Amino acid sequence: MNLRGIAAITGIGELKPTRNPEGKTTLGILAEVARLALADAGLTKQEVDGLVVGPPTEDSAFMWPQQVAEYLQLFPLFLDMVEMGGASGTGCISRALMAIATGRCRHVLCLTGGVWGTGIFNTLEARTAVMSTLEAEFDLPYGPMGFNSAYAMAAQRHMHLYGTTPEQLAKIAVDQRYNACACPQALFYGKPITVADVLDSPVIVSPLHLLEIVMPCTGGSAVVVSAAERAVDMPRPPVYVLGVGEGCSHNSIARMPDITTTPITVSARQAYQMAGVRAGDIDFLSVYDCYTITVLLTLEDAGFCPKGEGGPFVASTDLTYQGDLPCNTHGGQLSWGQPSYAGGMSHVTEAVRQIRGTAGLRQVKRNELCFVNGNGGALSQQCSLILGKSTH
Amino acid sequence: MEKRPVPKTSPVSEFFWEKAARGELWLQKCQNCSQFIFYPRVVCPHCFSDKLEWTPTSGKGKIYTYTVVYRTDLDAFTDKLPYIYAIVELEEGPRMSANIINCPLDKVRIDLPVEVVFEEIAPGLRLPQFQPHRH
Ligand SMILES: [Zn+2]
Repeated sequence: MNLRGIAAITGIGELKPTRNPEGKTTLGILAEVARLALADAGLTKQEVDGLVVGPPTEDSAFMWPQQVAEYLQLFPLFLDMVEMGGASGTGCISRALMAIATGRCRHVLCLTGGVWGTGIFNTLEARTAVMSTLEAEFDLPYGPMGFNSAYAMAAQRHMHLYGTTPEQLAKIAVDQRYNACACPQALFYGKPITVADVLDSPVIVSPLHLLEIVMPCTGGSAVVVSAAERAVDMPRPPVYVLGVGEGCSHNSIARMPDITTTPITVSARQAYQMAGVRAGDIDFLSVYDCYTITVLLTLEDAGFCPKGEGGPFVASTDLTYQGDLPCNTHGGQLSWGQPSYAGGMSHVTEAVRQIRGTAGLRQVKRNELCFVNGNGGALSQQCSLILGKSTH
Repeated sequence: MEKRPVPKTSPVSEFFWEKAARGELWLQKCQNCSQFIFYPRVVCPHCFSDKLEWTPTSGKGKIYTYTVVYRTDLDAFTDKLPYIYAIVELEEGPRMSANIINCPLDKVRIDLPVEVVFEEIAPGLRLPQFQPHRH
């Protein structure tokens, strides 16, 4: 059964990422973005029959979907929480698609967001809270620097095997910042950077510099996924879900089978197969970027260049919204900010704005087909999407 | 100041830590598919056999990858900065997290041969660590 084009994104709602939570709560944030997304889709809340949520931040995760449903007074026929770490955003779309494909739902509301700050992983207690029992036993005693050290070790080995340079990795952050400077909603709007700026920023965990590392913040993103036959009569041009794929290979980075090859090889292949397209057909990308190395590995594993050639590829490819392969036109999370699980969802909402042609200053010229990727954990779990303007 | 995190052992891993306390690195070896495994489990993750036997290892391996940690917010590690956090690949196959100790920062590299040493981090608790292999 091919689910290509049976569902479409018909509404989005988003808050501007902020480093000042101003007394916001996760439930409050989800309510704000839910309201925006339903207004965008032209739906009443009574028409929502599915609710898929990302995990909470400060709240108890215990029966979280029903906590959210109660707060919003929604009475969905299907509700679920998607815990795929950073891949939860794209994962919500994947689950919504399945709920629609089985005929259980017509309009699924997907909600992500929360209250985060830079201190989020920075105490022993917080660090332990996001670790498995086994990581706490066999990794934590050695003093990992959270996810930073995991991605640093992937970058280190990529450099060793393929000669990837710090300048090449820095170029990713620079191109994305250029994009953010055309995106007033981005956390780092109006703050252009150069490769020298990146390389002059402090090394936190070698070889990664401060400006290659994502900034946790507060915010939220909501997406409405509707059955395609409904979508055609709704106010916004539908953005079709043409392909979906998921993959998982480990939890702790120490258990990753090959630290320079991510399960995007699996998730992207499935997504392309379902959509009937290849990497070469893609007009622009919206891919998870907790670190620069994440983007580089994604480009390789999703087939935009051969394994090991990510460095020269990014050096010679203009990744800005004006370029030959626009990537993360909202700045990516490196420049947009990482508002909890909504960071991953921001790649979906930006792809929707681009495909609708409503991205303003940073609108890309070719906007028919987008490759979206969500990455969870330490390159552990992936959910790739192909979004498109039409089903033809 | 926060205390240094110590491993919270489980009935499955107790033997591993008992041997470590005596300065020995033992891993489980699957009696069905002959592969060594790490971390300790109740079934072999390769073939799902439950015939796992604790077996001594050579304690030798090489650095699979590493990072030099320059900034940390874990109190217990601030006085160690900068330090090397690594994944070591043992001769027997499995990989494990470790610090590379007794190693100048300009000598650390991927594929560097290393050998296990044990660091006492709490009374009766010794952590397997690795240092450059001495010929
Ligand atoms: Zn076995």
